[in-house]
Amino acid sequence: MYKILDKSIIGADEMVLNMGPQHPSTHGVLRLKIITDGEIVSHIEPIIGYLHRCFEKHCENLSYEQIVPFTDRCDYLAAMHMGHAYSIAVEKLLDIELPQRVEYIRVIMSEFQRIASHLIAIGAFGLDVGAITPFTWTLRDRERILDLFEQVTGARLLYNYIWPGGLAHDLPPNFIRNSIDFLDYFEPQIIEYDNLLTTNKIFIERSADVGVMPKEVAINYGVTGPSLRGSGIPFDLRKNEPYSIYDKFDFDVPVGEGKMGTIGDSWDRYYVRVLEMKESIKILRQALSQIPDGDVQSAMPKKIRPKKGEVYSRYETARGDVGFYIRSDGKNIPTRLKMRSPAYCNLSVLNEISAGWMISDVITILGSLDIVLGEIDR
Amino acid sequence: MNDNIVSDKFKEKCTLLDNGSIMIDFNDWESISQFVYDSGFDYLMCITSYDLESDDTLGLAYNFYSTSEKKYLEIRIEFNNKEEIFSIANIWRTADWHEREAYDLMGILFKGHPDLKRILLPDDWEGHPLRKDWEEPEYYNGMPVPKDKSYWE
Repeated sequence: MYKILDKSIIGADEMVLNMGPQHPSTHGVLRLKIITDGEIVSHIEPIIGYLHRCFEKHCENLSYEQIVPFTDRCDYLAAMHMGHAYSIAVEKLLDIELPQRVEYIRVIMSEFQRIASHLIAIGAFGLDVGAITPFTWTLRDRERILDLFEQVTGARLLYNYIWPGGLAHDLPPNFIRNSIDFLDYFEPQIIEYDNLLTTNKIFIERSADVGVMPKEVAINYGVTGPSLRGSGIPFDLRKNEPYSIYDKFDFDVPVGEGKMGTIGDSWDRYYVRVLEMKESIKILRQALSQIPDGDVQSAMPKKIRPKKGEVYSRYETARGDVGFYIRSDGKNIPTRLKMRSPAYCNLSVLNEISAGWMISDVITILGSLDIVLGEIDR
Repeated sequence: MNDNIVSDKFKEKCTLLDNGSIMIDFNDWESISQFVYDSGFDYLMCITSYDLESDDTLGLAYNFYSTSEKKYLEIRIEFNNKEEIFSIANIWRTADWHEREAYDLMGILFKGHPDLKRILLPDDWEGHPLRKDWEEPEYYNGMPVPKDKSYWE
């Protein structure tokens, strides 16, 4: 764990090291071309596109309703967020008002999804630095969220539940009670993770002070989400530019404080995710107690045919700020749909923050950025 | 929602569009981009490339956000598909990958970009698939591209 920038210390020959595309620590099919000087990294070029399926070209041949399942497959660890983000964009284009019940159910689903996605991020980050047990524990708790999703949507990973203008169907009868049961079970578990991983001496040694991302670098590279907040910037779209009904809930935006090292290190990015799960529980408890009755499909348009125009809408997913830019020509298919993928921008900062670190620290830094390749490659 | 600081400063060079975004000539982009950065728009959210079907015109939409003042700005340029556009990758580093994507999928050329090459598609790919006039090739690397797609539709 030493950052060496003065090349004269080693001065060995440069070597090109290839990591991936089939490497367990790259979280999917990502290839890193690492130029090393001894064991010190001097340059990293991420090579992406192994999962590219031209999502944007597909969208130009599909009607607005048919695009929803494709958005689920972009970020497969937070499929609910992608469906929600896309639906908000289309609703902005159509200019429709939603029933309160729909908004509440969407918020509940999104916050459960955020917890599920952060559980994977935390567990996999532990796995990257050599802690095997936390991964099994986080997956155990994530299973219970997936069980809840299965009750509602019938699917465990790719839901196709949030549609433009409404939802596929209403909640099942016992859902609210099951959700509160889960929250009562889950809240003490976070203390368990803290004891096992967050305050673990070996874990702190591996992650604190490693891969420090200064504020200016983070903004200039377009880094968003927990990775940005780890650098100490309290920027969360749910708070700063509230969409849906997030302005009705009381919650905080956790930021990195450099408790174990410097502000913006890998440990901070990790710990922001742990704190965000607690905030999600807060939102969920409020939403579950206030949920009104109503019809979830009353605002759903029979045919989606927006008038000519463009819209750019933003949404805070588990990984950051996803944007949908949609150009409509007045037909039932979009002429251009662009998705601004948060993990794509987060990954582009990798070279900047990992130059000068050892190869084993690159794994730590990459794990703390929490990337999903399905969304990067689209 | 959009901020009018740019349209006030460069009055004769801007056209205001319906949704509040600003259309400028691509030759002015070099001077205006620096002004946009200096006026506090530190976060470049997205660069969207698009193709107008009617003629050889391509377009770019830049969405900016100011994290300190919470302001939005959308700037658009439209140009002939042979033109080279000033690259802003040295001002906003995030534009590096966005511009590479616009080059890869839409075939827009940027001048002054540090490393303009394909990013999502393989290096030996021919053509730019998001163009409206793009046609599927007969062969890809010697393998025939299936014409009958009924089994996956």
